[in-house]
Amino acid sequence: MSSRIEILNDGGFRSDGRLPSELRSLAFDLSPQAGADGSAMVSHGLTQVLVSVFGPREAKSRAQTMHNRAALNVEVSVAPFSTSDRRRRGRGDKRVQEIVAMIKSTFEPVVQTALYPRSQIDIFVHVLQQDGGVLQASINATTLALTAAGVPLLDLVCAITAGVHSTSPDSPLLDLTTLEENDCPSVTVAVMPRSGKLTLVSLETRVHVDVFKGILEVVGEAGKVLSLEMKRAVLARTKMLKDAMGAGLRTAEFAEDAGGDE
Amino acid sequence: MVSVTIRKRPLEDAVITQRKFFKKTARGKVIKVIRERYLRDDVACGIEGCRECALPSGSTLPMNGSLDHASFPNGHFILPDTNVFLGQMDLMESPLLKSPIILLQTVLEEVRHRSLPFYNRLKALVKSDDKRSWVFYNEFRSETAVVREENETPNDRNDRGIRRGTGWYNLHLAATRPFADGSSNTPHPNVVMLTDDVANRQKAQKDNIHSLSVRQYVEGLPNSAQLLDLLSAEGSENIEPTLASGRAALYPDYLPTATLAAGVKAGQLHQGHFNANQYNYLEGSVQVEGFDKPILLVGRENMNRSVNGDIVVVEVFSKDQWKAPAEEVIDQEVATRNDDVEDSDEEGEAREVSTHEQNILQQEETARIQSERQPTGRVVGIIKRNWRAYVCHIDSTSLTSSNATSLAQQTVFATPVSRLLPRIRIRTRQAPTLIGQKILVTIDKWDNTSRYPEGHFVRALGKVESKEAEQESLLLEFDVPYRPFGKAILDCLPTEGDKWIVPPKSDISPEWRDREDLRDLLICSIDPPGCQDIDDALHARPLANGNIEAGVHIADVSHFVHSNNPMDDEAAARGTTVYLVDKRIDMLPSLLGTNLCSLRPHVERLAFSVIWELTPAAEIVNVRFTKSVIASKSAFTYEEAQIRNDDVHQQDELTQSIRLLNTLAKQLRDARMRAGALNLASPEVKIQLDSPESSDPIDVEQKEMRETNSLVEEFMLLANISVAKKIEETYPQTSVLRRHLPPPKTNFEKLQDILRKRRGMTLDVSSSGALAASLDKCNDPNEPAFNTLVRIMATRCMLSAEYFCSGSVSRETFAHYGLASPIYTHFTSPIRRYADVLVHRQLSAAISHMPLHPSLHSKTHVERVLIVVNRRHRMAQMAGRASVEFYVGLALKARAEKAQKAGVGQVTEDAFVIRTFRNGLGVFVSKLGIEGLVMFKRDVQFDAEEYTVTVPASATNAKDVKISVFDQVTVNIEVEKDKNTQRGKVKMTLIHPIDSRAL
Ligand SMILES: [Zn+2]
Repeated sequence: MSSRIEILNDGGFRSDGRLPSELRSLAFDLSPQAGADGSAMVSHGLTQVLVSVFGPREAKSRAQTMHNRAALNVEVSVAPFSTSDRRRRGRGDKRVQEIVAMIKSTFEPVVQTALYPRSQIDIFVHVLQQDGGVLQASINATTLALTAAGVPLLDLVCAITAGVHSTSPDSPLLDLTTLEENDCPSVTVAVMPRSGKLTLVSLETRVHVDVFKGILEVVGEAGKVLSLEMKRAVLARTKMLKDAMGAGLRTAEFAEDAGGDE
Repeated sequence: MVSVTIRKRPLEDAVITQRKFFKKTARGKVIKVIRERYLRDDVACGIEGCRECALPSGSTLPMNGSLDHASFPNGHFILPDTNVFLGQMDLMESPLLKSPIILLQTVLEEVRHRSLPFYNRLKALVKSDDKRSWVFYNEFRSETAVVREENETPNDRNDRGIRRGTGWYNLHLAATRPFADGSSNTPHPNVVMLTDDVANRQKAQKDNIHSLSVRQYVEGLPNSAQLLDLLSAEGSENIEPTLASGRAALYPDYLPTATLAAGVKAGQLHQGHFNANQYNYLEGSVQVEGFDKPILLVGRENMNRSVNGDIVVVEVFSKDQWKAPAEEVIDQEVATRNDDVEDSDEEGEAREVSTHEQNILQQEETARIQSERQPTGRVVGIIKRNWRAYVCHIDSTSLTSSNATSLAQQTVFATPVSRLLPRIRIRTRQAPTLIGQKILVTIDKWDNTSRYPEGHFVRALGKVESKEAEQESLLLEFDVPYRPFGKAILDCLPTEGDKWIVPPKSDISPEWRDREDLRDLLICSIDPPGCQDIDDALHARPLANGNIEAGVHIADVSHFVHSNNPMDDEAAARGTTVYLVDKRIDMLPSLLGTNLCSLRPHVERLAFSVIWELTPAAEIVNVRFTKSVIASKSAFTYEEAQIRNDDVHQQDELTQSIRLLNTLAKQLRDARMRAGALNLASPEVKIQLDSPESSDPIDVEQKEMRETNSLVEEFMLLANISVAKKIEETYPQTSVLRRHLPPPKTNFEKLQDILRKRRGMTLDVSSSGALAASLDKCNDPNEPAFNTLVRIMATRCMLSAEYFCSGSVSRETFAHYGLASPIYTHFTSPIRRYADVLVHRQLSAAISHMPLHPSLHSKTHVERVLIVVNRRHRMAQMAGRASVEFYVGLALKARAEKAQKAGVGQVTEDAFVIRTFRNGLGVFVSKLGIEGLVMFKRDVQFDAEEYTVTVPASATNAKDVKISVFDQVTVNIEVEKDKNTQRGKVKMTLIHPIDSRAL
């Protein structure tokens, strides 16, 4: 027996007391970081990620310059104290490289890079604490940081992790903790709630197509909930800025979207 | 559509919701773990009609609890703590205890942490239909969650949590009871915390929480007399120190756990399972790593309170103290007949017993052959007790009062049916009524001041020798789950019930999706007479290219039994169908087993087919697997199929396909034998029952083997091998396979030695092929049964085959030794074996018919299931054998009575000597398939080196009579009852070459 903790008990509760379709407590903080054009601290439960965005600014190296659009440059650092095993993960670490690649491919079709030819946008992801869903938190934080930096996006990208446990293939678990990630086949999906389009599907293990359908449905719903939270956070931030400076550029747009729920 | 919500955690909650701890990994690294939990207000109390909690329908607690207890006139629920479940599970499980139970998550998790077997029992209790219980997830409800405080032990934290839970329930009941009129003083039921921890009760009292000890609680119930017997003997920690200290220790103390672990790690001590010796209760052995032979334990003190099956730690003595096994039969009942059940109350008597035992050992000592010496040692500690409930008889001589109306508490001996177990002391008020009954008893403890273990009575099974009691005791003894299938399980069956049929063929019918229509094939089944669960059917037909198409069609059980529903869980827990002489305990509900899945003739059935193209020389050209719909044309018995096969006048197509199958099977068998497969033997006899109703055995016959038995067997083997290859290819990490490890050569040493010395024969054990060839040569023209006997004895030297997960062992160990096949699995009996169900699922996924359930992708899950299945499989075999033995006994009794009436006198049979002892012979009666002991009361000469017993001329008044292993003798067989325990046993005496009744 590998673990003496039940992932989903007979009462329908997960090991941390949540029901399958409940997300962990989340916090979106858009307070600026020194020097960055936009930044966001996102936590899902005990997982905490800080993303700082610089740019769009003039491309530094000629090699990376693209004449028709801006280049996205992503770097991920993982704090050594963020995981239980305190393993140092350098830039060359395979897992780190994977996250870099996935953030890039998630945002390339979403950021309107064509508006900024011959420039670059730098995205620095700092993983501060890990308890499952690092990729999901990194993507959500990147969305918010880009928004805070005023980079135009087609839509807010919301990422969520879902898994299926052997005792309940019909009700996928959302927003997995490390404990759950270790025991269930899981999928991280990034959705654009407005269009319902997916910009990322990352499978950590093989998941059967029938099961996958069920997951997608729930993940779509979770995306809507998340995007609402994001809009609130952005709105609150903009409102604060507006109050402070007497002006807000995108307030109207977001107020329109988020308003219905107020 | 599910609604997705966010569980928000208020910031100030962080203390209670986050937990940081340090954990040591398997590799010894310390890691920091942080976890959080979310507290909620919607965890339900489970009490029917609660105004505040949303409850599921059914399986809730009755509104007013139970009104049975004298102290709680307004009704009550019980809330037991962890130790109550660990210590008094028999009471909690008893159907006599009807009080509704509230089980806290804290308790459930603590039980899980402390003991998995108990956790499984507890989960079964929660699920059982005849108990009212509710699991309250107190750790997730905001009012009842507790956080471990500084300087608080985990134990104290849990106890506090349990008290908090009890307190909450009482408040919750009070708060939800005032009804519409607003009166708040409505009397409401109480929740009573049960705990045997005095300190915990005192703390509860301070907080105004009702709490009682288990005994106090039970005493207030109307049926307390029966329930009190179920209580465990009190654990040593609870016992008043004065009681224990007065007695002298009879056994050495165990070493502390840390010392044991360190000793084992350093290689000074050794760990293994304790095996009691069934012939000699003063001897046992422990197989440990690093020694060729098991460690011998001689005498009570060296066995130091080990019970068969316990995992013990032994210390091996220096070589000069090594001993040889006694080769003597010592019966516990005979040797300790005068032992007083009140134990060492009177020092004198106890000493007498031990001196008697000392004498026995000393006598033996002189007789032990020095050349046979093996590592010898003593038990210094117990890693894990493997105690369970044992079927016993009460020893009538141990009763102080046999007055049938006496309800006085007495201490009596319970003698287990199994010869491998010590007698157990129990205290009961029902002793006089239990005499002559089979009863269930568990061991609670074995202190070093007590010669025998102490236990308690669980329940009576019925009169000795009544069919019901014997049957149930057999099932219990081999741990066979035999309760009827519960409602949740039966709910998984098709709603049409026995009206279910294969729907008409169509493109939209899910049954027909990806299924081949094989209804026109001439398929038939061949089984033993009266077979109801027909797993398999076959067909064969010539192809245009000169080759032959042969098919094996197996019941498509996985179409009906889906992963992870209650029916699947139950089947996994049962592991196999168990066949007793007069009863079958099904793995699956009979609607499936004997009807919807059974490949009955003339009806359409879903099947899983393996279809080969074979050359006329039975070489495989290709094989394919497909789900199918078949309609069997006939269900033959082996005999009917044989007659058709042999009757040249029968030329119909069905008969011809049987002949075709038969010729192929013969070649398959030849090829297998050439590859080195073993032709093993086990004593197989068949009990001829009078009629199914009376189940009185008329007689015992040996099973007849026909060509058609072998026909079916060969094709099943072929199917299993083909399927094994396919699933292993597709799922190299998690496929369910079966293997038979080659036996260690040392296992054969004794048999080789006997064969060489007694018969001048050699057994070549270098490979399975060599063994097969040398077994063929072990013949005695005068005694045709001799070869079978040697095969039986050789089989006993081998290991048993086992299921395993392909990713868990190295590839070199996949082979099946007995079948001489590099890979093997079980596919052909999914109705009665669970491993086959898993294999069906894997094959079904391998041919992309169905997705594979995630659990079958998990190595740990597959391993876990197979551990259970392997164990059940072993137990089922033993239960089946024991059932045959019981009926052989009945048949013998009936035969003896008949013989007496006819004036013939006695029942005699030919037998082979298979073992010699200093004071007896072990014999095997092949006609009945049973083993027995012939004991000599007077001294005989025993030559252990030559496996010979010599009855001296002085005893026979004639010349010396020598009897050796493999000699054929004639024995008289009687069934007699032990006067004290009413235990029936087969008694054998020698008739020829000498009459041993006088010896
Ligand atoms: Zn309630």
